[in-house]
Amino acid sequence: MHIHAYEKLWLAASILLILLLIGSVTYGAVGPGVAMVADSEQPIDAQGLDEDERFSEPRVEQVGENQYAAYVVAYQFGFEPSPIVVPEDSTVTFYVTSRDVIHGFEVAGTNANTMIVPGEVSEITVQTDGAEEYGLICNEYCGAGHHVMEGKVHVVSQAEFEARNSGGDDA
Amino acid sequence: MSQAIEAEQSFVDKFPEEARLVRAALLSSFFALVLGAIFGIVQTLHRTDVARIIPSTDYYTVLTAHGVFMVISFTIFFLVGLFTWAVVRSLDRPLVNTKITWTWYAIMATGMTMTGVAILAGFFPALDMSADVLFTFYAPLQAHPLFYAGLTVFIVGSWIAGADWFRTFLAWKREHPDERIPLQTFMVLVTMAMWYIASSAVAASVLLFLLPWSLGLIDQVNPTLTRTLFWFFGHPVVYFWLMPAYLLWYTVLPKIAGGRLFSDPLARVVFVLFLLLSTPVGIHHQYLDPGIAEGFKFISMTNTMFLLLPSLLTAFTVVASVEYGARQRGGTGLLGWLTDLPWRKPEFTGMMLAGLMFAAGGFSGMVNAGMNINYMIHNTIWVPGHFHLTVGTAVALTFMAATYWIWPQISNKPIYSRTIGLFQVVVWFVGMALMSNAMHAQGMMGVPRRTAEPEYAGFDYPLMFGGFEELNVQIAIGGTLLFVSTILFISNLVLTMGNPRVSGLAESLPPAISGPDDAPRVLDSLRLWVGIALVLVVLAYALPLAAIINRGGLLGPGVGTYPAWVTPVLDALAGAMTPLVSVLGKATALLVGVVA
Repeated sequence: MHIHAYEKLWLAASILLILLLIGSVTYGAVGPGVAMVADSEQPIDAQGLDEDERFSEPRVEQVGENQYAAYVVAYQFGFEPSPIVVPEDSTVTFYVTSRDVIHGFEVAGTNANTMIVPGEVSEITVQTDGAEEYGLICNEYCGAGHHVMEGKVHVVSQAEFEARNSGGDDA
Repeated sequence: MSQAIEAEQSFVDKFPEEARLVRAALLSSFFALVLGAIFGIVQTLHRTDVARIIPSTDYYTVLTAHGVFMVISFTIFFLVGLFTWAVVRSLDRPLVNTKITWTWYAIMATGMTMTGVAILAGFFPALDMSADVLFTFYAPLQAHPLFYAGLTVFIVGSWIAGADWFRTFLAWKREHPDERIPLQTFMVLVTMAMWYIASSAVAASVLLFLLPWSLGLIDQVNPTLTRTLFWFFGHPVVYFWLMPAYLLWYTVLPKIAGGRLFSDPLARVVFVLFLLLSTPVGIHHQYLDPGIAEGFKFISMTNTMFLLLPSLLTAFTVVASVEYGARQRGGTGLLGWLTDLPWRKPEFTGMMLAGLMFAAGGFSGMVNAGMNINYMIHNTIWVPGHFHLTVGTAVALTFMAATYWIWPQISNKPIYSRTIGLFQVVVWFVGMALMSNAMHAQGMMGVPRRTAEPEYAGFDYPLMFGGFEELNVQIAIGGTLLFVSTILFISNLVLTMGNPRVSGLAESLPPAISGPDDAPRVLDSLRLWVGIALVLVVLAYALPLAAIINRGGLLGPGVGTYPAWVTPVLDALAGAMTPLVSVLGKATALLVGVVA
């Protein structure tokens, strides 16, 4: 089979591009450590969330020094807790599940983004910066009221976080 | 010269029955295109809040109709028409039995009508039927059983179509035992081999899980499993849309440019690569799914990146073939030859602009495929921005452009106005440039896809590349131009159908510069390639599917049904079938009238 010299050159350049792209994704995983949402969490009974230790009361709690866990439930058409209040300059792991259909969890303007599939728990860990209010969007179609499904993620100062939590009032 | 042209028979002169089928398939395709375009303009203006003529809760019915009519009916009906033309033309023999051919056409039309009725019923609350599940129909959102049943019937029709072409090829093979498979037939057969593998998964998902579930025979399904089976089909289906465009770029575009295809063997290699690689990549649509291990996602990512190779090779071959054409026409210089191309021909300019946009779509696709940067844009409007460049332009604009070239040959009627045709393809390009660019930009801000009202009460989007509102205006203008372009296309075609029949519209396709004899025999060994493709699919999917079933069970971990169709189902089915039968009868009569 005759392959033109320019064609060979193009082929080599194409393969180089492909290897570079795979390399860049690999670097993203092992260098900056961007982990994928995966199968780290066990499946869960989507219709039995009320009896679940973590999701019967969706909340944010401290699990280590400057480390927090946020248990979030998505449903047609909202998120609990609302808003999700987390402290600044901390490491927050979101555990998100759905009580009905497939939803999305996207903190607008950031790369905190995951699918929410009923029967599964999505785990994503993020680093918070300074205090700021973020919009929380369901980015997967979930029914006729999909467009009203909206939440908030409030990143607040440590002091405010403690005040809110000890006050017992989430809002 | 004119003597010779007049002596040459056109496709319809040689194969009148086949030409009739091709016309019917293309008209079905364009009927879906018009419906899809109407829903498209409603949706564009609604989403951007320029004009909201429907309640936002109905937006999702519109979106389902736009998606299904565009990417299932428009694309696949065009494909079956084009492939029938390509097989018959390149083998230079009629189909074995056109009764079979009309049967699969009728089956596909019936299936699509069933699905379409189920979707459109969503606009009428009194009908107690809806399928507001979008193109992806993710469980546990549930559609009316008619929706799933129609899809199954449609896919079965496409399988028979493939068998029809294989059978015709085998008949040709007996008559020409020692010849290489003609290039166009090779492309059709390889594409159909891919389609059988890919569509088996969605057929299994619908027949084993979704249809019984919608009929109330099983209580629940495993959402991750049906979702994974959908994407097993959902990625290769994009190549099913694209392969007819590739067939046109490889075999027709060089001729229109005044030249010949650069390399026949490389065209075959490219199609074989698509057969091998387009299925074991579907998990890249599920990078952000819980319940699927990171390793499976990584494998899918590497396969996806290698899938760039056949498209990059195509870019080279197509540009080289066009450049050859330009130089044959007297073009010179490093880039000066570009001015010696037939830019006044709508079929040429349309396909070239489609190819240009496909390059842009390829780049945004690399971002989608990049597993970790995908976090930024997953399920944002960036994604529809991407696929409106690929299926929405590379495929759709190529189909429309090719129609200006192929329609005269299958009807003996010259195009009503080639000037309007040229204007139409340019309007599409400009409209899509505006709309797609703004969609990509909004996606970077985090604006979600698939929503009636992307503006939220509680927060504003960050400013990037212009504000949210400004980009909305670009999307609305772009979408409007696309609608205008579609109307121009259809009007031009309808007026063409009113033209008197003439002779002398035949076009022949020259052989490649580097012909098939240059290609190793093994390239034509379909059994071998299908075998390897199956092995790759098993390698990519056996473990993930086993893991998913192991985690959630075949029938899902305690997931409900939204909404449930169980009770009203039998009544609704009976209620739906009665008017359907009469509508079908009328539609068939109408179509037969139009085609004949």
